[in-house]
Amino acid sequence: MLLKLKDAVRLYGHYLSINIRSAMQYKTSFFLTALGQFLVSFNVFLGIYFMFRRFSAVEGFTYSEVLLCFSVVLLEFSMAEMFARGFDLFPEMVRTGSFDQVLVRPRNEILQVLGSKFEITRIGRMLQAVVMFWYGVSHSGVDWNFPKIATVIFMLIGGCAVFSGLFLIYAALCFFTLEGLEFMNVLTDGAREYGRYPVSIYGKKMLLVTTFLIPYALVQYYPLLYLLEKDSRPFLIFVPLLAVWFLLPSYALWRFGVRHYQSSGS
Amino acid sequence: MITMEHVCKSYKIAKRNAGFGEAFKALFHREYEVIHALSDVSFTIRDGEMVGYIGPNGAGKSSTIKILSGILTPDSGVVTVDGRIPYKNRMEHVKEIGVVFGQRSQLWWDVPVIDSFELLKDIYSIPGETYRNNLEELTELLHLSELLRSPVRQLSLGQRMRCEIAASLLHSPRILFLDEPTIGLDAVSKIAVREFIQKQNELHKTTVILTTHDMQDIEALSKRIILIGKGKILLDGTLEDIKRGDAGIDETVAELYRAYEIE
Amino acid sequence: MKKYLSFFRLRFTMGLQYRTAALAGMVTQFAWGFLEIMVFQAFYQAQAEAFPMTMSATASYVWMQQAFLALFATWMMENDIFDTIVSGNISYSLCRPVRIYNMWFSQSTATRVARAVLRCFPILIVAAFLPEPYRIAKPASAWHFGLFLITLILGLLVTVAFSMLIYVFTFFTVSPQGVRIVFTSMVDFFAGAIIPLPFFPADWQRVLELLPFASMQNVPLRIYSGSMSGAEMKKAVVLQLVWLVVLVTFGSWLGRMAEKKVTIQGG
Repeated sequence: MLLKLKDAVRLYGHYLSINIRSAMQYKTSFFLTALGQFLVSFNVFLGIYFMFRRFSAVEGFTYSEVLLCFSVVLLEFSMAEMFARGFDLFPEMVRTGSFDQVLVRPRNEILQVLGSKFEITRIGRMLQAVVMFWYGVSHSGVDWNFPKIATVIFMLIGGCAVFSGLFLIYAALCFFTLEGLEFMNVLTDGAREYGRYPVSIYGKKMLLVTTFLIPYALVQYYPLLYLLEKDSRPFLIFVPLLAVWFLLPSYALWRFGVRHYQSSGS
Repeated sequence: MITMEHVCKSYKIAKRNAGFGEAFKALFHREYEVIHALSDVSFTIRDGEMVGYIGPNGAGKSSTIKILSGILTPDSGVVTVDGRIPYKNRMEHVKEIGVVFGQRSQLWWDVPVIDSFELLKDIYSIPGETYRNNLEELTELLHLSELLRSPVRQLSLGQRMRCEIAASLLHSPRILFLDEPTIGLDAVSKIAVREFIQKQNELHKTTVILTTHDMQDIEALSKRIILIGKGKILLDGTLEDIKRGDAGIDETVAELYRAYEIE
Repeated sequence: MKKYLSFFRLRFTMGLQYRTAALAGMVTQFAWGFLEIMVFQAFYQAQAEAFPMTMSATASYVWMQQAFLALFATWMMENDIFDTIVSGNISYSLCRPVRIYNMWFSQSTATRVARAVLRCFPILIVAAFLPEPYRIAKPASAWHFGLFLITLILGLLVTVAFSMLIYVFTFFTVSPQGVRIVFTSMVDFFAGAIIPLPFFPADWQRVLELLPFASMQNVPLRIYSGSMSGAEMKKAVVLQLVWLVVLVTFGSWLGRMAEKKVTIQGG
C-alpha cells in the first residue's frame, strides 16, 4: 500500500517535470501568462477594499476579519487548483478521445488525467494567493498561538479537499454530458468569489447547505469564528478536517462515470 | 488467444438537423437514433497471428478494438484475451497489450521523444534492463537514433509514427493493436512501418491486429483478413480467398464492398 | 454587408443549438445574482446611509447584469477565432473576399446576442416575481426603458469593438493567453462587473466614467435602474458613441495591419 503510494507520487513527479519542461519551451509566453494570472484575482481584493472604504463592517465582521477569511479561502482554492485543475481540460480529453489512451494504460485514471496537463502558469495565481494570505494573516489582528495556527493549517487541508472534490465531480460529469457544465462554476469559482465573505451573511439556509451538503462552511465560517474569538469551543479547531469526507462521494461519482464511459463509449 | 463470441454493442446518439427552425425545435425536443455498432460478432485469433481488420468507416472496427483493449464494455457476448476479460480486469489486461491510435499521439509534443519514453517506463513500471534492451532493439529496427533527442513537434508524420509504434512496444506487450498506423504517411515511411511490424511479429511472436484503409498494408502484412460491415462479420479468410484472377487488391476490396452493399 | 449578415445568421443559429448550455447558464446566473444581492443586502443592513444607490436599484442592476451577461462579459470570447489565429487556419479566411475585422465583428456580436436571447427572458421573468429585496424593479419610465434599449445595443457594440482589439493583438504577441487574461480581468473590474461604479470611491468614479469600460454595461444598467440623472445620461450616450467610433476605427486599422503581417510572414 505504502509502496504503491510512493510509486504514484514518483510518477506524479515525473508528470510534473515533463509538464514544466514543456512549458519552458515557451518561456516568454509562460512568464507573461503567469503574470496575467497573478494580476487577475487582485480585482477581488480591490472590490473588498473599496467596499470597506464605504462601509465599516458587515454582519459584525470588520475589514481585516473579512480579509483573513478571503485570503484563507483564496489559498485553499489555489492549492486545489494547482493540484487538481487538470480536470478543467477533461471535457477536451473526452471529446477528442484522448481518454481512451488513459484507459489503455495500467495506472490509476485520475493520476494520469491530472498528470496529462498542468496549467503551470497557475503558479502566478498561487503566488498571488500566498501574498494575499500573508497580508491577510498579518493584518488580521489575530493573536496567533498554537491552536490557532493548527486551525489555519486544517482549514487549508480541508478546503483543498473540498475544492479538489468539486473539480473531480466536474470531470465525472463530463462522462455524461459535455454541455452545460458551466453551472459547476457556481460551486468552484463561485465559492471562491463569494467565499470572501463569511458564509453567515448569506443567511441561515445557506449556512445549513454549506454545512451538510457541500461543506464550505466547515473550512471557512466555523473555524473563522474560532480564530476571531467569536466562539472559543475547541472542537472548532478540528471541524475543517471533517470536510475531507467530501472526497468520498466525489470519487464514487467519478468511478461511476468511468464505468458509464466504458459502456457507452461516447 | 483472443476470442469474441456473439458480441453486440449499440449506441444512442442525438440527431441534429440543419436550419434555423430545426435548431429552435431542438431546444425543446431532441430525437435519438440507435446505432448498432456490432451485432453478433464472433471470431478467434491465435497467438502470433497477424490479422487485417477492414471495413468502411463506421463499420465497427474501432468498437472492436476498443472492446479488445478494455476501453469499452460490450452489451452482450463473451470476450476473452489470453483468458482475461478486458473490460473486467482492465489494469491487468492493459499491461499485456500495446495500442497505437494512428490519428492521436501518445507522445508529448514539446519535449524530446526520449522523455516521453522515460515517462512510459514509469507508467508501465518497466524494469530497467527490459527497458534498455527494448529501447535498443526498437531504436535499431525503427531507425530512431537520430530522432530520440528531438522534440516531437519537429518530427515529420512518418518519423512520429515510428516513435509512436516504439512507444507502444516498450513494455513488451503480447498483443499489438494498430488503428490505421499508416494513415497520411509517405511511401518510404509506410514501407518502413510495414517491414517493422513484420519483423516484430516474427521475432517476438507478437499478435498483431491491424485496421487500415490501405489495402497495400493488408497485402504486405496479413495473411488473414476479417471484413466487417454494418456491425457484422462478412468475411473471415485469407487474401487468396477473396482475390479473383489478377485483379488488384483495391479493386478486389471495392468489389467486395459493392457485393455486400456496405460502401 | 449581406455577407456579414449571413455570418451573423449562421453564428446565431449555432448559438441557439446549445440548449443545455443555456439552461445551465441560467441556473448559474440565478445563483450568481442571488449571492450578489445577498452581499449588497448585508452591507445595506449594516450601514444603509453609506449606500450610493437604493437597494431596489441595486437589485435591478444585478438582475439586468445577469440577464444580459452574455452581451458584456469580455471573458466570453470566441475560441474559434483564437484557434484560427494560432493554428494558422487564418489563411483560409484571407482567401475569401471578406475583411477579417468585419467578419469577426459580426460573428462575435451574433454569438453574444444568441446567448443573451436564450437566457434573458427566463431570468427577467423570474426576477420580476421574487420577494423584496430580490425583486427587479420596473423601469423608471417608458422613456428610460427606450433609452435603456438603445444604450444596451451601444454597450454591446462597444464591448465587441473592445474584444476585437484583443483578437487582433493576438497576431502581434507571443502570449495571447497572457494578454487575454490581463485584459479581460481589467475590463471586468473597470466596467462595473465586480462592483457597480457608484460603489467606487468618488475620485476613482470620476475618472472611470470617462473610460471606454464605463460605456459597456454601466450605462444601460444604471439607466434602467434609474440611478443616473438627465444630464449624466446625455453625457453617457455621447461617450458611448465616441468610444464606439474610436474603437472600431483603431481596431479595423490594426486588423488591416494584421492581415498584411499574415500575408507577408505567412502567419
